[in-house]
Amino acid sequence: MTLRVAIEGVSFWASRLPGWEIARAVIRGDQAPPEAPSPRPSPTLLAPTERRRAPDTVAVALEVAVRACEAAGRKPSELPSVFASTHGDLAISDYMCSTLATTPTLISPVKFHNSVHNAAAGYWSIGTGSLAPYTAISAYESTFGEGLVEAATQVVCEQRPVLYVAFDIEAKGALSSMAPSRGLLGAALVLAPVSSSQQQRSLILTTEPVDQCQPTLARSAAAPLVADNALAPCLPFFEVLASSSPRTLCLALSRQLALNVQVN
Amino acid sequence: MQSRPLRITAYTLCSAVGDGRAATLSALRERRSGLSRNDFGAAPIDTWIGRVAGLEEQPLPAQLANWDCRNNRLAWRGLTTDGFLAAAREARERHGADRVAVVMGTSTSSIGASEDAYARLDPEGRYPAELRRPIIHTPHSLGDFVQSALGLTGLSVTVATACSSSAKVFAQAERLIRAGLADAAIVGGVDSLCGSVLFGFNSLELVSPEQCQPFDVQRRGINLGEAAGFALLEKQAPSGAWLLGYGESNDAHHMSTPHPEGVGARLALNDALKRAELQPEDIDYINLHGTASQKNDEVEAKVVADLFPASTCASSTKGWTGHTLGAAGIVEAAISLIALEHQLLPGTLNLRVPDLACGPQIQRDNVQRKARHALSFSFGFGGSNCVLVFGRDR
Repeated sequence: MTLRVAIEGVSFWASRLPGWEIARAVIRGDQAPPEAPSPRPSPTLLAPTERRRAPDTVAVALEVAVRACEAAGRKPSELPSVFASTHGDLAISDYMCSTLATTPTLISPVKFHNSVHNAAAGYWSIGTGSLAPYTAISAYESTFGEGLVEAATQVVCEQRPVLYVAFDIEAKGALSSMAPSRGLLGAALVLAPVSSSQQQRSLILTTEPVDQCQPTLARSAAAPLVADNALAPCLPFFEVLASSSPRTLCLALSRQLALNVQVN
Repeated sequence: MQSRPLRITAYTLCSAVGDGRAATLSALRERRSGLSRNDFGAAPIDTWIGRVAGLEEQPLPAQLANWDCRNNRLAWRGLTTDGFLAAAREARERHGADRVAVVMGTSTSSIGASEDAYARLDPEGRYPAELRRPIIHTPHSLGDFVQSALGLTGLSVTVATACSSSAKVFAQAERLIRAGLADAAIVGGVDSLCGSVLFGFNSLELVSPEQCQPFDVQRRGINLGEAAGFALLEKQAPSGAWLLGYGESNDAHHMSTPHPEGVGARLALNDALKRAELQPEDIDYINLHGTASQKNDEVEAKVVADLFPASTCASSTKGWTGHTLGAAGIVEAAISLIALEHQLLPGTLNLRVPDLACGPQIQRDNVQRKARHALSFSFGFGGSNCVLVFGRDR
């Protein structure tokens, strides 16, 4: 079965690739990556007090979400959204587990409500005033591919544009041995129904057995800059997007299933 | 592409009231609560919980040992109840292993295993050897376990939107089937008791020191519970109840309290009724979110009083199971299906004096009557709302 969707907006953020313009230039080999890492983006959608104490998950997810909507020229409040993260808030999980092991009755209520996997989606809906449904998913090493399928499925089924946001952050403490992830990485797309009148980049998505569609490996100069992040499997997709010519790649969906992605 | 009704060809649930549909039906009929005094962990806080007995002594079968942890043990308990495993295997034969999607909901998945590891780190700060299994320290632990246990090879995803998680799985599965990415789906959810939720909800002062009393004027908060539930959704089948519709929305209001007017809840409800092509007066029973928190029950009671006729019966079944968080969607979907199958509309256990916001819809006592259509409401942290519509027939 094939899903066809248009790409209206793209965004990307990693500390050495702070924004899609830079990431695209580095992927194409037009520019060397900045020497110094950028500080984490500020979630300007939130009230100043919340901005400072927002977890990294929220900061990076809201940054790419805002930029993708800007690139698409879409009002954030009108878009349903799909938020995908391999491990969710690894720093808060480390905090919860350490505090429970020592002083469980001192758990911070704010950290607790920020520990839910849908915290970034929740802050996004609050910050934009969006009542349109969001979801928050995880699929371990196939998270980016499964999230893309869900976002494209919503576009096709409901015939409306959908915001897709994927992110993972740095692991902390003992949990980092089981859920390794370094730095911040976020990426977002605004996907929309294909319209015959407009010249747009589009995606054709088809599921295939993994032996016929081995997940594509990242190979650009951007690859080593994000390779340690749990969301690194998304990079081959953005490498293809960075090229202006049509290309195809494969993303993992599960141990035996892959997504063939044709980017036009 | 309009959403289409799907057949529910198998379903099951395990909670503190017992394993399976028959045990659940008896507990509902006999008004027997599964709640007990909190005895979970080394220094239990003063509250009541809905604990599933025996999980500590029931490791997973050897071939699934890599996923072994409390949450996946509870998942396995659910899969092996009411013949669900056999039904899922038949669906795999019918449709093909790659055409049956797995869409699971959970709030904390197997974080309990990570908590356990942190309590027993070795002198170098490393996990105990038997817990060095990465898959149980990530949210998709549940979806990956269920897919592996059922021998499926198609799409597999874990939805984690707090307490709406395993209601939203029905919506996602319907879309996957509608778009042709799957012919059937195993949906469900599992959440198990762990320190994070007991101490976390305690820190928010949302936990009751007494048995929870949904919609009662004297309610003092929630009781946490654990549960597993599953349903098999198919496009075509000769029998089974129907998933007629669903609605999803957000409050865009606050991370841990509902919108005071229930704006998001109303949107989700309207969307669900529209997809099902039903009116409020067509609804015989509503299984409410009814957590027994001050705000949820007040807002939810008002929404029901505003929108439904007195003939609609509504109740919260949290007094039986406790609030099973990410499993609440599937547990209460299953209870709604039991209600339709047996024409037994459960009342609200522990409700004595209804809150002033309650209309005549909210029932204290069980009602035995003809019922064709049921709704199940699930609302979660982060303002995530989902309403499901079930029918005995179309």
